[in-house]
Amino acid sequence: MITNFILAPILIHMITAVLLLFFWQKVQAQKIISIVGNSIAFLLCIRLFIATQREGFLILQAGNWQAPFGITFVSDSFSSIMVLLTAIISLTVGIYSTAALHINRIKFGYFFIFHFLIMGLLGAFLTGDIFNLYVWFEVVIISSFVLLTLGGKKMQMEAGIKYVTMNMLASIIFLTAIGILYGITGTLNMADLSLKIAKVEHTGLVSVTALLFFIGFGIKSAVFPLYFWLPSSYHTPPSAIAAIFGGLLTKMGVYAMIRVFTLIFQPDEFMRNVFIAIAIMTMITGALGAINKRSIRRLISYLIVCHIGYLIAGIGIYTELAMIGVIFYLVHDVIVKSNILMITGIIQKIRETIDITRLGGLGKDYPKLSFVFAIALFSLVGIPPLSGFWPKIQFFGESLKTEQYFLLAAFILASFVTLFVIARLWTEVFWKESPKPITEKIDHFAGLNFWKKFALIAPITALSFVSLYIGFNADSVYEMAQKTAHELMNPSVYIEAVLHHKFAK
Amino acid sequence: MELLLVLLIGILYSAGIFLMLRRSMVRLLLGLLLLGNGANILIFLMGGLTKGKPPILGEDESAFTDAYADPVPQALILTAIVISFALTAFAIILLKKVYATTGSDDLDSLNIQDLDI
Repeated sequence: MITNFILAPILIHMITAVLLLFFWQKVQAQKIISIVGNSIAFLLCIRLFIATQREGFLILQAGNWQAPFGITFVSDSFSSIMVLLTAIISLTVGIYSTAALHINRIKFGYFFIFHFLIMGLLGAFLTGDIFNLYVWFEVVIISSFVLLTLGGKKMQMEAGIKYVTMNMLASIIFLTAIGILYGITGTLNMADLSLKIAKVEHTGLVSVTALLFFIGFGIKSAVFPLYFWLPSSYHTPPSAIAAIFGGLLTKMGVYAMIRVFTLIFQPDEFMRNVFIAIAIMTMITGALGAINKRSIRRLISYLIVCHIGYLIAGIGIYTELAMIGVIFYLVHDVIVKSNILMITGIIQKIRETIDITRLGGLGKDYPKLSFVFAIALFSLVGIPPLSGFWPKIQFFGESLKTEQYFLLAAFILASFVTLFVIARLWTEVFWKESPKPITEKIDHFAGLNFWKKFALIAPITALSFVSLYIGFNADSVYEMAQKTAHELMNPSVYIEAVLHHKFAK
Repeated sequence: MELLLVLLIGILYSAGIFLMLRRSMVRLLLGLLLLGNGANILIFLMGGLTKGKPPILGEDESAFTDAYADPVPQALILTAIVISFALTAFAIILLKKVYATTGSDDLDSLNIQDLDI
């Protein structure tokens, strides 16, 4: 179906961002505009999701230039899932930020950049043109640069250098790959590329281009050995910003990787082995990095790296069942990682520290909150029937079936380390007695008024409920993932929808 | 002409990577800039060099009969240049701020915070 509606969520975020510029320094007005904008975009994204699930494909040929000549926007099931996830995270983090962030950050344009970031993410998920994907990537990274360094603390600046350098390098590699791809095929539309790349005689050049894409997206999604910028930068910005970064930014790299390696390049034996080897190393190094960390944020940063390995491994196995696991895990991971990073922010507000040796007694002081936190933490571990359990079964089963025993071992090790780390976090932060007496002065949380508390807790509770829903209603999510995986593994449907669609007058 | 451009791209990429591996922050930035320019010229070259042919149809033509210049690579490069301009502007300010807060141009002096867990 041809529709302009596909651009609506992107436009809403852009309008919100521009509107916010007129309320520079007016904190209260900015908060309200941001929440309203987010809510409208959230409803539109839900509508887009439902429409896509019902119609199959929503397509917009920009300026009515028919594909492959114009820029195409496509919403297939995979895109619509990512759009829905982005909408959920953007709404919850947006509400959370109104209470969690220091007033000066909001004064100097936090919400303005936030909405541009979300706009870029939505654009990246919806575009069907490889160069346009590059442009959306750039919109996202320049917004993330500003968010990461906003505040100007020394630690943030130092992290900023690593983050900026690696992301710029990744963009250049991505651009190089696009240049070569254009040279050998003469098109930029992803559906058209898929057809043309099959006819290229020089297969060596195609493999090199595929590897360049893998490196570019690999840096962005933090896979071994190019992940080091992530743990050394994600712990520096405030927790609201870290929640978007941890939940969505690295997943954008994974999204692009899945898109490119199912639609444009079908990975051969060699490529799949590269994926699997890299995935094993990513899981092991991420898990080992997480073991000895005392700061919760650093610990979660390494877990992000570790769990990116699961997704890469799923792409590497490259069967439909493994792809179901990837989609399912992506849905679960985005929700849970953002949730945990927001929780970290609340813990920091309550105890002024996120060093787990200096924390303790939260379970006694805040029993209800701890229960909500527990849902998020144990979803991440994947204790049945919580949400992390189902995709992991899929991964274990598929790696056994395809006889990838090293991969299976890495999966088990990574899952075990995740369990160990989260269990330690739970006992140290919630069960253990607090190492020093808590005075009224330290607890910044108890002193907040009702609305601020509500703005902090409601997003976390909502996300916890979403992960409970994913866990207990796994069959419907599984069905959705199955449909998506089927579409991804049979790209001809996508190609047909994009290229042979007659414009309905 | 192609050979010249190939050599130029090679030089830009190798010089860029060499500079990025240095410890000085300014060289790191220069390296990124050279790499970006190299990528732009690569797109230009890969799009095919056509000398003296217009990329548009004449008034009385409905299809290209002769070889024509491909306008797409130039549009891509223009976009990439604008983007890299913005990124460079940001990166320069960031470097200046880092220099102001740490008082050092050495990238190794930034690793201190990674040592604590």
